[in-house]
Amino acid sequence: MQRMTLRLDNVTKKFGSFTAVDDLSLEIPEKQIFGFLGANGAGKTTTFRMILGLLDQTKGSISWNEGSIGYDQSHLIGYLPEERGLYPKLKVQEQLIYLAKLRGMNKSETVKELDYWLDRFKVPEYKNKKVEELSKGNQQKIQFISAVLHKPKLLILDEPFSGLDPVNVEMLKKAVVDLKEAGTSIVFSSHRMEHVEELCEYLCILHHGTPVVRGRLKDIKRSFGKKNIRVHADFDTAYLEQIPGVTKYKPVQDGCELEVEAENISQEVFRELQGKGFVRTFDLEEPTLNDIFIEKVGASYE
Amino acid sequence: MNKFFIMMGHTYRNRVKSKSFLITTIITVLIIFGLTNLQQIINSFSSDEEEKTVAMIAENEDWIESIKQQMGTNQEVAVETYSGSLEEAKEKVEAGDFQSVTVLEEAENGLPQADYYANQVANTGTSEPIRQALQQLKVQIITERANVDDEVLQQISAPVAFELNALEESAKTAEELNQTRGLVYVMLFFMYFAVMMYGNMISTEVATEKSSRVMEILISSVSPVNQMFAKIIGIALVGLTQYGIFILVGYLGIQQSKNSGSGSLLESFGLTNVDPLTVVYALVFFVLGYLLYATLAATLGSLVSRLEDAQQIVAPMMMLVIAAFLISMYGLAQPDAAFITISSYFPFFAPLTMFLRVGMLDIPIWEVLLSIGILIGSIALLAILGARIYRGGVLMYGKSSSLKDLKTALQLSKKEK
Repeated sequence: MQRMTLRLDNVTKKFGSFTAVDDLSLEIPEKQIFGFLGANGAGKTTTFRMILGLLDQTKGSISWNEGSIGYDQSHLIGYLPEERGLYPKLKVQEQLIYLAKLRGMNKSETVKELDYWLDRFKVPEYKNKKVEELSKGNQQKIQFISAVLHKPKLLILDEPFSGLDPVNVEMLKKAVVDLKEAGTSIVFSSHRMEHVEELCEYLCILHHGTPVVRGRLKDIKRSFGKKNIRVHADFDTAYLEQIPGVTKYKPVQDGCELEVEAENISQEVFRELQGKGFVRTFDLEEPTLNDIFIEKVGASYE
Repeated sequence: MNKFFIMMGHTYRNRVKSKSFLITTIITVLIIFGLTNLQQIINSFSSDEEEKTVAMIAENEDWIESIKQQMGTNQEVAVETYSGSLEEAKEKVEAGDFQSVTVLEEAENGLPQADYYANQVANTGTSEPIRQALQQLKVQIITERANVDDEVLQQISAPVAFELNALEESAKTAEELNQTRGLVYVMLFFMYFAVMMYGNMISTEVATEKSSRVMEILISSVSPVNQMFAKIIGIALVGLTQYGIFILVGYLGIQQSKNSGSGSLLESFGLTNVDPLTVVYALVFFVLGYLLYATLAATLGSLVSRLEDAQQIVAPMMMLVIAAFLISMYGLAQPDAAFITISSYFPFFAPLTMFLRVGMLDIPIWEVLLSIGILIGSIALLAILGARIYRGGVLMYGKSSSLKDLKTALQLSKKEK
């Protein structure tokens, strides 16, 4: 077992009769980015709060570095909550110094790190501004800085990219990847599939508190089995839906998108297209995380 | 523990630097300064006023002379004999030459009676001296007629000698009682305002951090118990600073008015020589009372998610303070009443009522210790309970602000293992 692994064993959290997280077991390896996916209310934030020790699990155990997470380790942990919160009346520098102090950092170190991060996010002029004067997106950057300023070993990001414009999303993503490279274990949640797909090697999809999918992204995609086919042709392709093994048909501009049960069905589709007319595109694709999510989560709604 | 001090310092600095703190401090300082120098302020206003002239019309000139003698000590009013008609005198009053005109006549029984004319008769301060002088004139005339000695007259009007003596040896003498009553009085006010102001401050402090959602970050780095007490002690220091300033200003003001010789406020409160033990008790009960109410305020503050709700949820606590205040006000006159005794064991009233009993009655030490014990016990209990509620409460964001949330908060922080 690696030293800095975060382990969750059969963790269950109940609020009265409502089960927020049900029998969740995970192993989050060191120096990895671990993605939590799930619809709203799936139990992501509750899981994070349990990891941080803000809530106690009803059953099961959580360990990090082969011990439990307590307040004596808070200088090793960074947390970006889903609901952004800073003191609106305090200046950026003042409050980051305060928050960093609570994480065991001294003032001069904090100021140095803060300058680095403000420069990196291209907002050095906000250093002496009050938080309430900043735009929402910029507040979020400051909040992100407060989570990483003390160089945590374990970083928990709850919806880090929500409400940001694409330029800032890229900036933050880059920062997350750099932190990973520097040796931080990162856990983050999102309902933006493309972010998880891009950043995470390991992930877990929660649905009503139950992990419906978990593991390495590649393995998940491979074991999912279904593939997507994109066809652009100059003729009507509606008849493709009748081919056995085609599970979904969606007409689009210039052609259609198909979902097939298995890889080999694609060859059947390819044969059916022969001799019907001009085919511009025939593309066999891996399923996206979005497809997997909708399949796993959407299906159980029915 | 280090984090505790960081947080405490932050709470303290933030509050002391805030505008509301500066404004309330300055205003209160001005009020205190005004109160301690009240006599001088009044004097400086009234010394500017000119001497008022009142006119008198009478057939018997001796009477006017007699009244002039009576009123000779009154520096604000000069009596003038007016020989014109009443109508002319009235015109002069209206013109402002005279403040008033009084017509003295002899009634059928030979005694004086008078009609008083002035522009306004609302201010009895101007007519009263004249009435009193006339009253004395009347007594003088009657006693002369009855051949009563002056000595007899003085004996009749002298107050009776009546001294209060306590039989129990250790019971407080009347003088001592007056002194402690003054201290209890001052203490009651200090306590009342401390709980009102700083209790509110604590709950808004907690509610502000919750509403700005910075709480979630804070509680992930500092434990709720540490956080709660860091705030309570931080605000206590703010209170000390503020009270320190007030007391200093008050002291300076009193010193100044002492120098000018116009009687000190301390004397009127009987605070010149107080039993040091009473002062110790005052401090003990003040600190315990503050801690009790502050813990309650922090707990309540953690239950609301918006600043506006904070006022609402501390309302029951304010009721308790007001009740304690009223009970002790009553107790000042009747410190040995049964319900004062009972309430001195009820933790929310004890800081005021037990102190009142200690100060004004002679009660066995075990009763005091029992009350202090109950207080410390309830503070500990509230702190444990409060910390749990706080832990759950700070993660709770709802619209409601009822005490029902207590249960939900406890549930959130429940340890099930």
